[in-house]
Amino acid sequence: MSESMSDVINEPTAEEARLGRQTDEGAQELRPRQHEVVMTGGVWPDDDETMIINMGPQHPSTHGVLRIMMELDGETVLQAKPVIGYLHTGMEKTGEQLTYVQGATNVTRMDYLNCLGNELVYALAVENLLDTEVPERAVWMRMMLVELQRMASHLLFQATNGMDIGALSMMIYGWREREQVLRLLEMITGLRMNHNFIRVGGLAADLPDGWQQATLDVCDNVEAGVAEYETLLCENPIWQERTQGVGVITTEQALALGATGPILRSTGFPWDLRKAQPYLAYDDVDFEVIYTGNGDVYDRFLIRLFEILESVKIVRQCVARMPGGDYRVQDRKITPPPRGRIDESMEALIHHFKLFTEGFKVPAGETYVAIESPRGEVGCYLVSDGTGKPVRLHVRGPSFYNLQSVEAMVPGSMVADAVAIISSVDPVMGEVDR
Amino acid sequence: MGLEAVPHNFLTGRLEDLVKWARRNSMWPATFGLACCAIEMMATGAAHYDQARFGMEVFRASPRQADLMIVAGRVSQKMAPVLRQVYDQMVEPKWVISMGVCASSGGMFNNYAIVQGVDQVVPVDVYVPGCPPGPETLLHGILTLHEMVRTGEIMKRRRAQGAGAGAGVQIDQVDGIPSPVRLIGTQA
Amino acid sequence: MSDESPQGDADAAETVEEIAIADPVAAAVVEGFPGSVAVESHGQSVVYVDRGVLAEVTKRLRDAERFTQCTDVTAVDHAADVERVEIPGVVRERFEVVVNLLSHPRNARIRLICQVPEDDPTVPSVTPLFPGANFPEREAYDMFGITFDGHPDLARILMPDDWDGHPLRKDDPIARIPVTFKGDPAPR
Repeated sequence: MSESMSDVINEPTAEEARLGRQTDEGAQELRPRQHEVVMTGGVWPDDDETMIINMGPQHPSTHGVLRIMMELDGETVLQAKPVIGYLHTGMEKTGEQLTYVQGATNVTRMDYLNCLGNELVYALAVENLLDTEVPERAVWMRMMLVELQRMASHLLFQATNGMDIGALSMMIYGWREREQVLRLLEMITGLRMNHNFIRVGGLAADLPDGWQQATLDVCDNVEAGVAEYETLLCENPIWQERTQGVGVITTEQALALGATGPILRSTGFPWDLRKAQPYLAYDDVDFEVIYTGNGDVYDRFLIRLFEILESVKIVRQCVARMPGGDYRVQDRKITPPPRGRIDESMEALIHHFKLFTEGFKVPAGETYVAIESPRGEVGCYLVSDGTGKPVRLHVRGPSFYNLQSVEAMVPGSMVADAVAIISSVDPVMGEVDR
Repeated sequence: MGLEAVPHNFLTGRLEDLVKWARRNSMWPATFGLACCAIEMMATGAAHYDQARFGMEVFRASPRQADLMIVAGRVSQKMAPVLRQVYDQMVEPKWVISMGVCASSGGMFNNYAIVQGVDQVVPVDVYVPGCPPGPETLLHGILTLHEMVRTGEIMKRRRAQGAGAGAGVQIDQVDGIPSPVRLIGTQA
Repeated sequence: MSDESPQGDADAAETVEEIAIADPVAAAVVEGFPGSVAVESHGQSVVYVDRGVLAEVTKRLRDAERFTQCTDVTAVDHAADVERVEIPGVVRERFEVVVNLLSHPRNARIRLICQVPEDDPTVPSVTPLFPGANFPEREAYDMFGITFDGHPDLARILMPDDWDGHPLRKDDPIARIPVTFKGDPAPR
């Protein structure tokens, strides 16, 4: 008893205790000293033994149902192998069962962040087989809608990328602006996602009243939002630490692996199909191809951030220069008659009925059309045998190819960096698995 | 009543109501995003629609910490066993919302790859229609579930027969020819 | 399918014109590999090559003609075609393997198509030349059962490993499951 009493008396003060816990390295050092570490669990593994861990398919940072097998040496990833197919929907098979009129419903659900872009590439492919030219207004409307979609997609990337890397507020910020773009798209197309608005031969409907002001308002707000993200992230030392020099890929690797879009552009290779092989009226509007030279996660983030501003630029030009006229081609074999005509004209009724039951026939042939989606080159390979349904509808999803670059980027990085790298590829599993 | 002596900041009630109140107001969903609907599920969680108003802002990455599985998107044949495993890992009481037509009935994808309704794999409490359902629709489904929890029984939640009760699975691979059960670890 | 039908020839004249090979790359391929046929399909340069030399043609295009990227590899099953474009000098087979190449320096595309017979669905792999063809070749194997010789890891990619059949073949059923409704008296 007396011993314990003396202990109490001689107990060091709080300050002495704190100093006593200090080690040579610093005041708050929590690393246990060597002799305090007790190794348990039998024989400690040799250094050359590695561990295989599985990530996904149900994992919060794999953007859906991506599964990655990783071989680890301690915390370092030696190799990573994506395993896909968990969202395989059989869309290419379904596409062979649907008429060309119905086809847009199918392709829009492939890349569900770039619905309008997928509809566009499908419509361009069918129009290529039909040798149809769409009116000027339809071209500009399509361009405006696709750029709005690009803004929405990149804004979602900012949100999810921030969340994956740990900047959780970016989730809220990114969705704040994306919500406005979605509302504008809802006002124009009637739906927030999976619009089915760009049809073969034009669009489903004309622009609604008051679209100019609504579009310009969204442009202003998105621009202000991007400025905020820039302040929030670009100079943020934690953000830079997490992203700069992580997941580096070279131009040669990106080209060999079939990577396109921001991944290719982040390696210093300014390739954008909107500039290189212009479709719609992209050779008529003023915008820049954003590219950087480091090929890391930070650069890919930066490219997507500033591409939003380029899209805003294009949308503003579309609003200013939107031509008048028809929004779809006046070919009654392709375009359904207006609702009013159906009540008056027997012929219009028959055309309407035929179009929506059998669809139109497309001459036999094959074509490949590619456009620039937010993730890279989305292509549509379409084979027709002269009937109302395609023989083969193949969509080259950019994420499907970009995902292969994960295998090149991940080795040598930490597990936490692997999450950042997967996020920076921005894969949409819907178009990977189709 | 004998309660006059108790200070005024006490309430009396049935334990059952307290349990239901607690379950309803802190229902944590598991992150189970599959396809398009997952994006709208994220929209529901984001600032504008703010699921946090219903005590649901914490999307748990581990199914063992989650009460609610929102099946957001189409379930492929390859994913179905994984989905069932995630469901089995969740602790009781647990609920399932089938979000969107693909999860509810296969939607427009009636083909070899897609399970025609997630209720063939797990029991479903609320079906949310739409392709994809907007955040308002999902919130309505969530509030419907909350109402079911509030008015339901706490010990016995589901009828022996009914939606998803016989979640032993029969998925046909080929038209008309029943294939052997493809899912592992399901319960009849 | 439509061998030597006059109908096919008439339509072929409309869609695919045999030209004096405007594309110099296609001309070089035809010169270097006898048996190849160059056509223009809707303004795009297409070369029909023998499947035996697919890898050599691709290598030549990559090394000598600066085709820097293989953008797409896919396959087509023509088993159920109503009508097929006749190309003089090309014997049509059931399957086609389509390789899309892109040259950044030339800013040009070229498409290589080779005919693959049903009884021996094998083509040389281009994965050793373009590693990016890895996934799409696996997809073509998974969906059509076409074997790519020299592919490092030819396994199923989209369907589960134990799946029977190749879904995108025309004789593989779409496997619709009959839609049933609650209370529907018809037996499932």
